Amino acid sequence: MTMLGRLIDGVSVRVLILLGVLAVALLIAPLIAGDYLLTVLILILYFAYIGQAWNIMMGFAGQLSLGHALYVGLGAYTAAALYVHFGIGPWLGLLVAVPVAALAGAFIGFLAFRFKVGGVYFAILTIAVCEFARVGFDHLAWTRGSSGLFLPVSQYSGNDLWHLRGRPVMFYYILLAATALAFVGCRALLQSRIGYFWRAIREDEEAARSTGIDTFHYKMIAVVISASMTSFAGVIYAFYYNNLFPEQVFHISRSIEIILGPIVGGVGTLFGPILGAFVLTGLAEILNNVLAALGIDLPGAKQVFYGICLLFVIMALPDGVWPWLARRMGLSERSK
Amino acid sequence: MPAEIYLNVAVGGVLTGLVYGLMALGLSVIFGVVRVVNFAHGEMMSIAMYIAVVLFSAFHLDPLLMLVPVAAVMFAFGYALQAGVINPFITRPEHSQFLLLVAVAMIIVNVLLIVFGPDAKGIQTSYSYDSFQFGKLIVDATKAYAGLAALVVAAALFAFFKYTTLGTSIRACADNYTGALVVGLDVKHLYALTFGLGAACVGAAGVVLVLIVDVTPSLGHGYTLLAFVIVITGGLGSMPGALLGGLLIGLTEAMAGLLFSPSAKSMFSFAILVLVLLFRPQGIMGKRAA
Repeated sequence: MTMLGRLIDGVSVRVLILLGVLAVALLIAPLIAGDYLLTVLILILYFAYIGQAWNIMMGFAGQLSLGHALYVGLGAYTAAALYVHFGIGPWLGLLVAVPVAALAGAFIGFLAFRFKVGGVYFAILTIAVCEFARVGFDHLAWTRGSSGLFLPVSQYSGNDLWHLRGRPVMFYYILLAATALAFVGCRALLQSRIGYFWRAIREDEEAARSTGIDTFHYKMIAVVISASMTSFAGVIYAFYYNNLFPEQVFHISRSIEIILGPIVGGVGTLFGPILGAFVLTGLAEILNNVLAALGIDLPGAKQVFYGICLLFVIMALPDGVWPWLARRMGLSERSK
Repeated sequence: MPAEIYLNVAVGGVLTGLVYGLMALGLSVIFGVVRVVNFAHGEMMSIAMYIAVVLFSAFHLDPLLMLVPVAAVMFAFGYALQAGVINPFITRPEHSQFLLLVAVAMIIVNVLLIVFGPDAKGIQTSYSYDSFQFGKLIVDATKAYAGLAALVVAAALFAFFKYTTLGTSIRACADNYTGALVVGLDVKHLYALTFGLGAACVGAAGVVLVLIVDVTPSLGHGYTLLAFVIVITGGLGSMPGALLGGLLIGLTEAMAGLLFSPSAKSMFSFAILVLVLLFRPQGIMGKRAA
C-alpha cells in the first residue's frame, strides 16, 4: 500500500471531507480574517500543535505530563539566546533547541521509567523539573535571568522566513503547516508498531510487559518525540512574542494551558487537541468580548466564567468533546 | 556569621515546617482515602486565610481563637465540594480529575481576586514582633504559636482516626473500597467527610500561616506545589510522613534562604523531591510500593 493509502486506510469518507473542508478553511482564513481574528487563530494553532505533542505522551502512551512548559521554554530560550548572542537564526537554532528539549525529556523519562515512577508521581516529577527550570532560569545570567530576554524588533515590510522576522500571517502559516504535519505524523505513529505498543502500555503496562514489549524503551520514545515536537513550538513562541521571562514561560499555568485543550477535546484522539484548542481559545475570546460588551471590567471575572465552563464540560463530557461530537455526527475515529 | 544565627533560622524553619506539615496532612488524608489528588489544595488554604483576615479586621479576634470556626467553615466547603462535584469523578482517570480540580482552583483564585482585589493582606497581632529568648536562641512568638497550633490540630486528627468509630470507618474505606461497601458503609458520605477533614486541616493551616505570611489571591498554587513536594517526600497517604516532610522542607527552605538566596529556596525543595522520587519513590514513611 502506498504511504497515503496506509494513512487513510479505514477512515470514513465523511471524516476525509471534514478534514478537507477544515484544511481549505484554515488555508484561506488569513485572506478573510482581520488582525484580531488572525492573532486568535495563531493562538489556536499554537495550542493545537502542542496539544498534539502532549497527546503522544498522555493519550497514546498513558504518561501524564504536567510540565510541558519545560520543553516550550527550553526550545524558546535556546533558540532566542543563540540568536541574541551569536546571531544564529531560528532554523539553525532549532538544531540545538530540539536536542536540548529531547535531552530534558530523556532525563525525566530515564529517572521516572527506570525507577517505575508512574501515575501521579510521574506527573509531580514533571512539575518539579519544570519549576526547577523556572527558578534556575531566573538566576541564569546568560539568558538575562528574571529581567527577561528580548529579541530585537523593528517594523517589517516583508516576511523574512529564514530569520522568522515578519508579520503575524507568516507565523500563522508556519503553525498551520506544523499542526498539519503533527496531525499526519501522529496518525502514522498510531498505525505503526510503536503506536500499538504505546496503547498496550497505556491500557495495562504489566500486561504489555508480559507480552514482551520493552515498556521502558517505548515510553522513552514517547517522551523524547513529545518533548522534541513541543520545543519547536517554543522556538516559534520566542520569535513571535520576542520576549521571554522565566516567570511566564516556565510557569505551571503554561503547562496547564497546554493540556486543557487535548483533555477537553478528547485525550488519545487525533482531532481532540485541535478541537479542544478551538473550543477553549474560542471560549476565552468570546468571554472577553461578551464581558467587554456588558461593560464588566472586573479582573478575574473572565477566568471565573472560564473555570465554570471547564467544570461543566468535564462533568458532562468526561471523554472530551470530540468523541461525543463524532458520535453525534456519525463519524467514528477508528484509530482511537 | 555567628553560629547561633544558623540555629535561630533552623528553629524558625522547623516551626514554619510544622504549619506546612499540617497543610500537607490535609492533602495526604484526602489522597490516602479518596485517591483524588487535590490540585486546589493551596487555593483552599487561601480561602481560609482570607476568612481569617476578614474576621480579624471585623472583630479583632486573635487568629488562634478563629482556628476552630474557620476550620469548621472549610470542613463544610470540603464536604460540599466532594459530595457535589468530586464524587462522580472518583472512578474516572487521573487527567480527568486533574482538570476538574484545576477548574475549581481557577474559580477560587479569581473569585478571591474579584472580592478582595490583588493587594496582599495580613494580620498584625499584639505579639507580631514578640520573641522568646532561650539563652542565645531567639524564637519569633508568631512562629512558635503557629508551630504549636499545627501540632495540636495534627494530634487531634491522629486521635480521630485512631480512636473514633467514624475514623476507623474512614480508614476501612481507604484500605478496601469494596470491602467497605460490603459491610454497609456509606462510602460516598465518608469520602465527603474525609475531603471535609482535609479541607479543615488546610483551613487550620491557613489561619495559622496568615500569622507568618500575607495572603494574595494567587498565593495558592505555590502552596499546592509545596504540599505535593511535602507529601511525596514524606510518603503520599502517610499522616506522620506529611508532618515529617513538612519539617524537612521547612528546614531546607529556611537554610537555603540563609545560605544562598531566598528566591532560590524552592529549587532545593524540588531537588529533595527529585532525590526522593529516585531513591525512595514511596516517600520516607510510605509503605505502599510505588
